[in-house]
Amino acid sequence: MATRHDTAAPPEKEGGAAPGRPAGTDTADAEHRRRARLSRRWQRDMRWSPYAFVSPFFLLFVAFGLFPLIYTAWASLHTVELTAPTDMEWAGLRNYTRIFDDEFFWNAARNTLTIGIISTVPQLLMAMGLAHILNYRLRASTFYRVAMLAPYATSIAAASLVFVLLFGRDYGMINWVLHSVGFDNIDWQNDKWPSQIAVSTIIIWRWTGYNALIYLAAMQAIPNDLYESAALDGANRIRQFFHVTLPQLRPTILFTAVVSTIGASQVFGEPLLFDANKGASGGAEHQFQTLGLYLYEQGWVNQHLGRASAIAWTMFLILIVIGVVNYVISRRLRASS
Amino acid sequence: MTTTTLTEPETPTAGPRRTRRSKAARAGGQLHAGPIAYVILALFTIGSLFPLVWTAIAASRNNNRLAQTPPPFWFGSNLMHNLQVAWTDANLGKAFVNTTIVAGISAATVVFLSTIAGFAFAKLRFRGRGALMLIVIGTMMVPPQLSIIPLYMMVAKLDWTDQLQAVILPSLVSAFGVFFMRQYLLQALPDEIIEAARVDGASSWRVVWHVVFPAARPAMAVLGMLMFVQTWNDFLWPFLVLTQTGNPTVQVALAGLGRGYTPDQSLIMAGALLGTLPLLLVFAIFGKQIVGGIMQGAVKG
Repeated sequence: MATRHDTAAPPEKEGGAAPGRPAGTDTADAEHRRRARLSRRWQRDMRWSPYAFVSPFFLLFVAFGLFPLIYTAWASLHTVELTAPTDMEWAGLRNYTRIFDDEFFWNAARNTLTIGIISTVPQLLMAMGLAHILNYRLRASTFYRVAMLAPYATSIAAASLVFVLLFGRDYGMINWVLHSVGFDNIDWQNDKWPSQIAVSTIIIWRWTGYNALIYLAAMQAIPNDLYESAALDGANRIRQFFHVTLPQLRPTILFTAVVSTIGASQVFGEPLLFDANKGASGGAEHQFQTLGLYLYEQGWVNQHLGRASAIAWTMFLILIVIGVVNYVISRRLRASS
Repeated sequence: MTTTTLTEPETPTAGPRRTRRSKAARAGGQLHAGPIAYVILALFTIGSLFPLVWTAIAASRNNNRLAQTPPPFWFGSNLMHNLQVAWTDANLGKAFVNTTIVAGISAATVVFLSTIAGFAFAKLRFRGRGALMLIVIGTMMVPPQLSIIPLYMMVAKLDWTDQLQAVILPSLVSAFGVFFMRQYLLQALPDEIIEAARVDGASSWRVVWHVVFPAARPAMAVLGMLMFVQTWNDFLWPFLVLTQTGNPTVQVALAGLGRGYTPDQSLIMAGALLGTLPLLLVFAIFGKQIVGGIMQGAVKG
């Protein structure tokens, strides 16, 4: 397609391809000047158009990404109320000391960590196994891929509402199944660990297929020679998986781990909508309040935007620390292997 | 950290493809799947689709039936009624129009801006290219919640609460989009074509219109769909700025159904079904392309 359009593009009269005219003495001079002008324009174009192409992205990024990032840091040092967001009063680090003194902050931090682990680890492990199976020669392979991606098309809101019903204590489908195999009813919304597992289930359901596709793509990019030589060395399929596939996937695994970690630190909609009391506290006893929900509660329910900014920046700093640890570990792993 | 992540898997694909595969090579992932593999796949497929199917089942019942055990496993007769009530109760008509506008504008803009920026990063030489590309990748790592407070202040100051431009503006930029288009154009657009156009005297903009856009069309379509899905499903930011019920997006309307005091679960399920259906339709039609697009973005990303 590309070539057709290219050759169909009418050759411009400008630039070096100008048709040669029989050159008289004065027209040659004019021609020379015209060429010089065109060549200058050409050079300007070559020099500046790349910047013209990338600048909209960077302008928008500065306006909606970088500036807010810095302004959040600035706001976190002030007392700002939601009712009058422009009245800012210098507060130093008071917002930070206030949230660090708040037991609900630490509770939310712990919940974010546990929900993050319960949702990310099984999700990535299952995605890896699924990708491995999808990498076989399969009948109707496209069908499985599309079916597994369907949850990704479902919004947080719709998914959370459905899972609230499925996890209902008295009439929910999941308890009914558990009951029929002999378990007691579990109070998925009010008990700490069940509620965290339920919230994680929504996340796992939505993202496992997506991650499986990412792993599958990376698996398909592994050159066959590696498996060939492993097989010649007598490695069976399981050894091949651990000694060829996994090492080759390491960059992709790291990538999904980083993305999932960022996602897990942001969890907000699922616990918000899973709350039976329709509040922002993550359950009656804050049993599944995440940092994202705590931020919302401080900023928009309690109307302390300054404090919410401090929470946002604390979350960011935690992420940076996790990122650095991730980086160091992966460097070590690479060096040792 | 990311650069290694992103570039490493590229090398294997760049190498020459083997046309003849030995038996040993086949052992590496080309084997036919056995029955166990199909069983596992079937379980995951059921797990993926069951909640969606059950949404429809619950939406076709009434509230009393949902408050009984065992829960319903088959459709009832209330579907149309519930859909109608949910449609009006949650202001879903308006929500659909709003979400289509928001997702359409932001997907189109992201695709356009990502294509020209991706082209520049893939094919043009300019000072600072490497550093700028690193910034693009770096921005993919910055969590969006960090910017919502100042954005909210801006929106409040401009008096844009409950207006669509407040939702649209921050979604016009996507680092992933730039990265995705760059990776695609690196391999899909041969340098010779650009050079040929240049020799013919085409300016950079002409090259973009007549060479880059036609070459990038498949990737633009995929990116457009991905961005549409993402914006359609956006929750946090619309939830914060569209606080009144008069002008919601679909997600805000659904959250309103769940958080309001609607006791009727079958109505809530009808709303959830309506809010999900358009995207499921898109997936049913373009699923293959979307899967391909995600995998394409993934090998290199």
